[in-house]
Amino acid sequence: MAELDALDRRLIDTYQRGLPLCERPFAAMAERLGVSEAQVIERLQLLQQSQVLSRVGPVFDHARAGASLLAAVAVPEAERDEMAAAINRSPGVNHNYAREHDYNLWFVMTAADENQLEARLEALEEELGWPLLRLPMIEGYHIDLGFPIPWNELEAS
Amino acid sequence: MNGLTSTATAPRMSASPQRLRSLLEAGLPLTERPWRTLAGQCGMSEDEVLAWVERWQREGLIKRLGLVVRHHALGIRANAMVVWDLPDTAVAEVGRRLAAEPAVTLCYRRRRCPPAWPYNLFCMIHGTRRERVLTVLDAIVERHGLQDVPHRVLFSLKAYKQCGGRYTRETQP
Repeated sequence: MAELDALDRRLIDTYQRGLPLCERPFAAMAERLGVSEAQVIERLQLLQQSQVLSRVGPVFDHARAGASLLAAVAVPEAERDEMAAAINRSPGVNHNYAREHDYNLWFVMTAADENQLEARLEALEEELGWPLLRLPMIEGYHIDLGFPIPWNELEAS
Repeated sequence: MNGLTSTATAPRMSASPQRLRSLLEAGLPLTERPWRTLAGQCGMSEDEVLAWVERWQREGLIKRLGLVVRHHALGIRANAMVVWDLPDTAVAEVGRRLAAEPAVTLCYRRRRCPPAWPYNLFCMIHGTRRERVLTVLDAIVERHGLQDVPHRVLFSLKAYKQCGGRYTRETQP
């Protein structure tokens, strides 16, 4: 795992949500954490470069931000990497995971609207040659607050 | 969104808020005045950008604003999708109870796809190790009396792609 010091951890623990909405957000964060604005910006850049952060910014609500659904496909294990690469190349795909199940590839397909979504799914289905399971969301129960990082467990492992 | 719009007739946001949203999907520039940088890129004032983001937060389009962590890079490598086949009359209540569990990071009701896929409730549990996730799950099953509810645990084997969704048209390749 990437080596993270106390400041990195405090940034992650404090600001997975509630980034100050003001002209100089990093200065406001710095003030709360007792460091300089330049330090906060530098840390965030480093965390982003080392892939610990995918970005700093908003997480949009999938259900409201356009059309999307969870899709799954059962492909032969031997072809899994190849099929996953084809899925990754398809426009609108994010969160493509291999999972332990006959349905071994799981991904989220997104689009600007329902028509574009179905067109993308059909095009991908055609390319893969295997039927896609379409699992649209009916209701979400979780409010995304970010995930508490178990630093102690990470150190122990 | 509502399934009624077509590409040709869909009501579109005026150009600059849409542009702002697509820029935001890539994250904030890490500069002293990130909103001003974005404002310049979408033809708005800094105040207008802040007002849009405030509004999107208030309306729930933006769920949270902050650091988006790649759990895998941190060493949180066990990622279980737990799927449940609940009666339609019980799914909302159980969904809300599971969502309140600290270990559950996402919880959705989804359409079933029988016979291939009978499950209608999905939740995610992340952890450093598989055994730990399973221990947490056992406790959740016990606490909510879900022993008789058919469920399966699908651990992730590999993340081929993990990134934020891109919905706006102009970001599409």
